This record gives sequence, C-alpha cells and structure tokens, in this order.
Amino acid sequence: MNLPRGALGVLLVAALVVAGLVLPRWLVFLLALALAKGVAVLSVVVLMRAGLVSFGQGLFFAGAAYAAGFAMRWWGIREALLLVPWSVGLAVGLGALAGLLVARYRDIFFAMLTLALSMVLYGVLIKAYGVTGGSDGIRIPTPTLLGLQLSGDDARLVVYYLAVAATAAAAWAVGRYAAAPAGYLAHAVRDNEVRVAYLGAPVSRIVYAAFLLSSGLAGLGGALTALNVGHVDPGLAYWTTSGELVFIAVLGGTGTVLGPLAGAVVYELIRSYAFKYAPYAWQMLVGAAMLLIILFLPGGLWSPVERVWRRAQG
Amino acid sequence: MKTPILEVEDLTLHFGSITAAERETVIVYPGELVGIVGPNGAGKTTFLNLITGYLRPERGTIRFWGQDVVGLAPHQITALGVGRSFQIPQLFLTLTVRENVLVALATREGRWASVRRPLHEPARVQAADEVLLQFGLLAQADRPAGELPEGGRKLLDVAMAFALRPRLLLMDEPTSGVSAREKFQVMDTLVQALREGGITALFVEHDMDVVRRYATRVLVLSNGRILADGVPSEVLEDPEIRLAVTGRR
Ligand SMILES: Nc1ncnc2c1ncn2[C@@H]1O[C@H](COP(=O)(O)OP(=O)(O)OP(=O)(O)O)[C@@H](O)[C@H]1O
Ligand SMILES: [Mg+2]
Repeated sequence: MNLPRGALGVLLVAALVVAGLVLPRWLVFLLALALAKGVAVLSVVVLMRAGLVSFGQGLFFAGAAYAAGFAMRWWGIREALLLVPWSVGLAVGLGALAGLLVARYRDIFFAMLTLALSMVLYGVLIKAYGVTGGSDGIRIPTPTLLGLQLSGDDARLVVYYLAVAATAAAAWAVGRYAAAPAGYLAHAVRDNEVRVAYLGAPVSRIVYAAFLLSSGLAGLGGALTALNVGHVDPGLAYWTTSGELVFIAVLGGTGTVLGPLAGAVVYELIRSYAFKYAPYAWQMLVGAAMLLIILFLPGGLWSPVERVWRRAQG
Repeated sequence: MKTPILEVEDLTLHFGSITAAERETVIVYPGELVGIVGPNGAGKTTFLNLITGYLRPERGTIRFWGQDVVGLAPHQITALGVGRSFQIPQLFLTLTVRENVLVALATREGRWASVRRPLHEPARVQAADEVLLQFGLLAQADRPAGELPEGGRKLLDVAMAFALRPRLLLMDEPTSGVSAREKFQVMDTLVQALREGGITALFVEHDMDVVRRYATRVLVLSNGRILADGVPSEVLEDPEIRLAVTGRR
C-alpha cells in the first residue's frame, strides 16, 4: 500500500465524520473533548521539538477559554466562527508577551517559568471574582454556527464537527511546519544551538516562533474545550491541566502529529472508563497505563502504528 | 592594491591571568589560504571565536570587508559571509547527515523561518547531495549524524560550513580525527572547493607538513601573541619558531 500522508489524514477525518453520526452521544462528546485536548497536546509537542518542556500551557488553554467566555458575556458574541479565532488570537497575544520572558530560558528554568506564569493566571482567575466568577467560572451558552441557532443534540454535534475541522487544520499546519525549514531549525536548536547560530540563524527568534505557534495551538484547544463543555473555570489554568498535556504527549509519542491526537483519545477513554469503574483509583489506573507505555512502548502509543506505516511505504 | 577581506587590529582578550589574545594584528586579502599554528593553549581557537563574535575582545577592532563587526552576534557575522567549522564537530546529531546539510542550505537561502515549502525540496536535496558527494559522505546521507565515526563527523562539520558558501571560511583543525593516510586527500578536496568557490580561508593546523604544502601564508601564535606571519617555507624553517610551535628544534 502506498498512501501519501495526506490521504491518511483524509481517511481519518472521514472516519471522525462518520463516527459523529453512528456513535452514541456520550462517546461523540468524549471524542470532541479528546480532540480539543489533542490540539493542546500538539502545542506541547511543538515546543518539545525545540527541546523545551512547558508545564504552563494552561496559561493559553485557559486564557483562550476565558476569552470565549468574556466575548459571550460582555459583547454577546455567540458565533463560533468569531469566538474561535478571537480566542486563539488572544492566546497568541499572551504568548507574544510571555515569550519575551521565557524564550531566553532552557530546561528546568523554562519549565518552571511557564508553570509560574500559568499559576499567576490561575490566581487572577480565582481572585477576580467580579470579572471571572472566581472558582465558579463562567457559563458558556450554546454557540451559533454561521448565524444558525442550535440546540440540544444538534448543537453538540455541530460543536463536535467544529472540533474535527479545527483539529484537522491544526494537524495539517503542524505537519507542514515540522516538514519545513522552520520546524527543522527548531529541531536543530534542540540538538545544537551553537551550530544554528553559526549557520547564520537567530536561535532566540526560532524559539520565539515555536512558542507563538505553541500558544496558538494551546489556545485553540482551550477555545474548543470551552465550547464543548459549556463552562470555563480556573482549573483550566491549574498546573495539573498543563501537566496532563505533557503526560498525554509522552503517552501518545512526540515524533509525529497523529501520535498526540491518538494519545488524547486513548487517554480520555481510559480516564472515563477508569473513572466509571474505579472512581477512587482512576489516577492509579491512568498511572499504571503510563508505566506500561514507558516500559513497552517508549516511543509512545503511536510508535508501532508509525513503524508499520513506514514499512508499508518501503 | 586589493581591499582586505579581514582586518584585525590590536585584538586583546584575557581569561583571568591567561592571555588568550594580546595585540593581535592581521590583514588578510581575498584568495589567501592562511594556516594558523601554535602550541596547545596558544589562543588559536580563541582567535576564531573573537572574529566570529562568540567572544568579545577587551580591545581592538575586527573588520570584515571594511565593516566593523565587533559587538555583532555569531549569527549576524555568519550571515555577512563568514563561515566556520569547529575543532570539536558541532552537528545536529539526531538529524540525518543529509538534513544537517539541508538545514545549512535553507539557512543560507535566508529561509530559516520558512513554512512555505518542505525542507526536502528536490532542488535543495540535489544541492545537499552534491556537497555530500564532494566530501565523500553521500553513502551515509540517510544515517543520523550521531552514528558517524569521528572522521565522518569532522568532514560533515566542514561540509556544513562549505554549504553556506561563505566569503571567508575559518576552519579549526579540519583534518584532526581524519586518519593520517587520508589527510592529504581531504585537504586536496578542501583546497579545490575553496578555489572553485572563490573562498578565502584561515585554518588552524597542527601538522606542519599540511601547512607547508597547502597554506599560502602562516600565522604563528603563542600565548595569545602573533610570533610570526609570513610564507610557510621561510617561517617554519626558523629554529626559534619551530621550538615555540613543536617544542622541538
Ligand atoms: N571560555 C574560556 N574561559 C576561560 N579560559 C579559556 C576559555 N577559552 C579558552 N581559554 C583558555 O585560553 C587559552 C587559549 O585557548 P584556545 O582554546 O584558544 O587554545 P588553542 O590554541 O586553540 O589550543 P588547542 O591547540 O589545544 O586547541 C587556554 O589557556 C585556554 O585554557
Ligand atoms: Mg583550539
């Protein structure tokens, strides 16, 4: 079988479209949430490519989710096709500011600084009750799509398809970035910053660009999550949210675009089943799954699929 | 009189009590192939680090084609047309050998931030393979650079600097790690590539036979000072100089 990668993407999107029609509602909802999270996991993977591990993607995830909430609450904007770009734009703006500070740091310093910034946002969201609703958060009403009023199951399904489309677009963009000079230069920075400089490329700007892309992706994931859940709360900015994204990145594998997305779907499935059958021990089950992955599939869940794919391609 | 490509004047730098560069003054003209010799710790690598902006001198000026480059960052000086290879190879070990060169080529094109087309554009791959062929690395093109043996790494390091098509190339011991048998062969390749590309070069070298055979001029460094500067056949015959460089008469 000699399928180009694009064809695999089209097949997967088609499968997700069909899934929306045939799967039970709860599973469609779970898939929508998983895809939103998967996009945010891609944001972690983009940074990992440049050798940076962020424990603060919640900053952009929550920032964008709240941006959608405020736009609805203050300006009454309910159009999904306005809310999503606005939220992503705000996340990129946050990234542009935060990046000025953190792009100079590496390793544990980068990880801790990103963590600290996200926790600052968490603190603000909790304390500024009058604006943010404190720990109660903000309710997100059902969005409209192209002006169409939706309700009930229809609305759910439309938001799911929005997530599918946005995820496909994000995956395409990340794949393209990874195959282009910009993505390779980020990889080169991870391997050897000195050499990158001695090729004539500015390391700091390469890292900054990766950070912007990453904040946009985390923001997209946050906006989709907000529209799906219909509610935002400060937990989106809490460090466990950011940590979960890193966790899923390792679970799914960081070498490909599909790995993190598959990882997010599997993670959400394990989590919901574990939560259902072992409500007090679900973290333990998720942890055990992770341990098995690290021991037996160190390249992540997706790595065997990738290997088979490569072999089929010759 | 031709305009100099590199003018270094009064260059001085200390690391604590160590004199790494002391009032070094050198003018290099286009087309020269300058060997730099001197004992371990003489300041040869430091000299290259100063010219390329990795280190900032305490005093002195460095001009590349008339332009003052003191205070510029390595990436800016490189972008002006100064290439450099390293004593210890500086590679992207988890990228393939070909990708190492492709990244160099894309950067030289000014496309380091480009997302419009893939890195592996056919024309660029072809250019990369030509470079690899020239350096005898084509058979290893698809292997990760980290799997190359020491000699191969050294060659790839130099090949990446070449791929930038610099006007001035600084090489730090380009043939160390290459077996004695292949040394001359590698130097023949390098010198031919320099000529074809119209590249002026400085190279640090410990092997006096290599310097005698290839350099049009030699700089002798010791304790951060330039002891001698001239035609290799004359300079390297001086017993005082030989003692300073090799410790033997
Ligand atoms: N970053 C640094 N900090 C402190 N001392 C340094 C630094 N770089 C070089 N030195 C010292 O400066 C002196 C010159 O070093 P340099 O590396 O330039 O020597 P070299 O001529 O290249 O020697 P070799 O033949 O061993 O490569 C040495 O004494 C070295 O220990
Ligand atoms: Mg040296």
